[in-house]
Amino acid sequence: MANSDNKRRKFMATTLQSVGLTALGGLLWSGYSDEVKASPLVLRPPGALPEEDFLKACIKCGLCAEACENRDSNINKDGTKRAGTLKMAKGGDHKMIGTPFFIPTEIPCYMCDDIPCVPVCPSGALDMPSLLNKKEELDINKARMGLAVVHKESCIAFWGIQCDACYRACPIQGEAITIEHQKNERTGKHAFLLPIVHSDVCTGCGLCEKACVTEKPAIFVLPIEHSTGRAGDHYVKGWDEKDQQRVKDAKEIHTKDERSEKEATDYLNMGVEY
Amino acid sequence: MKNIKYLLLRRATQFTLLFLYFGANAYGWHVLEGTFGASRLFGFIPLADPYTVLQVIASGFILGADVLLGALIITLFYMVVGGRAFCSWVCPINLVTDLANWLRRKLNLDKEEVNYRFIKRRARYWIMVLGLIVSAVVGISAFEVLSPITIMQRGIIFGFGAGISVVIAIFLFDLFGVKNGWCGHLCPLGATYSLIGKKSIIRVDHNHENCTNCMKCKIVCPENHVLHMVNKESIMVTDGECTNCGRCIDVCDDNALEFSIKRYIKK
Repeated sequence: MANSDNKRRKFMATTLQSVGLTALGGLLWSGYSDEVKASPLVLRPPGALPEEDFLKACIKCGLCAEACENRDSNINKDGTKRAGTLKMAKGGDHKMIGTPFFIPTEIPCYMCDDIPCVPVCPSGALDMPSLLNKKEELDINKARMGLAVVHKESCIAFWGIQCDACYRACPIQGEAITIEHQKNERTGKHAFLLPIVHSDVCTGCGLCEKACVTEKPAIFVLPIEHSTGRAGDHYVKGWDEKDQQRVKDAKEIHTKDERSEKEATDYLNMGVEY
Repeated sequence: MKNIKYLLLRRATQFTLLFLYFGANAYGWHVLEGTFGASRLFGFIPLADPYTVLQVIASGFILGADVLLGALIITLFYMVVGGRAFCSWVCPINLVTDLANWLRRKLNLDKEEVNYRFIKRRARYWIMVLGLIVSAVVGISAFEVLSPITIMQRGIIFGFGAGISVVIAIFLFDLFGVKNGWCGHLCPLGATYSLIGKKSIIRVDHNHENCTNCMKCKIVCPENHVLHMVNKESIMVTDGECTNCGRCIDVCDDNALEFSIKRYIKK
């Protein structure tokens, strides 16, 4: 009787220990995984799913990076061979380890017509259907790897110095970046030639960022989530039928706070009293 | 040569596979591309790691058919050749832990072993399940963010970076910490392959008649509890945790151990 009691006690203790240690490990592990998931600004290959889904789906096989690395077209203008655009994140890169990314200032995406990196993706993290045009052909212009943003204060074209390096480097020239002419009031006789990025065309390839002449590029690519805003359902272009479609399913939002207890006219008439 | 036959075969297999993977990136070969997570053989046969695929599914993503087919192919393959044949014939971390284990013997560290009783060999099965739970909770493949196996493999193919520290950590853990600590206690991938290979056909067979009870096999075996029958009965090593590495066969001077096809019908 005492023996079986002992046995049971030992069993309970070891079970408790195993469960406890597993819980400890699970907490540490979850914490770590959640940290590494909080990726900083990172540019993904063409057709990549939104970051949250991409991190789930990417199986870290590197087939995209290998396809990118082994392009015959990876040649510099002077004839020397260059590395592929896509890199696989390793320890120290501060990006989710084993996932593909690129850094435009090192090697931007040269937007190959046949998009070698996407069809090889076995897991669906790079979504091929999103890059098909109406003729069901792969179309790199449909890629949205990011969106170029111009920092006016450091862009010398906004100073009045003539520079159109980004405009000329852009693979969708005259569409993704256009040059807008504006009068230079300071001199009174010159024009500003200002680069304007169009988000409905820009693929985020980064050739502009690579070409930018300033010490730290004044035009740079950010993931779309970080370089765009959202007007939301409160605002609509009343003159644009397409935009009205956007808010078709908008729901009325009721905000309930101290102020909403009174009628709007009440608090509008009661003077400033917050 | 006789007593390192399987060791040489294993190293040849490991290095050949790693070189083929390396060449896919460096020279554009289409023999074996990708990494263990998912690969392509001869440019069209998909291969995928079953545990990685389970993690992705647990994280809540519906994978492409290619990867699922690849995982099925790998699962069926290791069901036949012994699940943990992956561990000893393919996995690059095996090179690291084998070196640590060999050094332990040379440096007499085994005798001074600190008794880390709280890590048991079955811990890996808990970790395997835990990995799937964490994947589901956090929404990413939890083991893949720290797996030394693919970190080392990608390191060889794409360059290590700071990832080398994970590999060194495993080496130090196995050398100064727990004997066979990583592969024999913690690795959830090994645990998965243990389960897959439970009924595998290729097995080590023990001939009790020839055994002289020298115990060399038990000293060299990284999972020596699977050799419980040595000098007791003439049966096969049927435990899924056997890695089919053949080290016991190599060191046996008495022909008491040999690879064989599993007998499904009792004699």
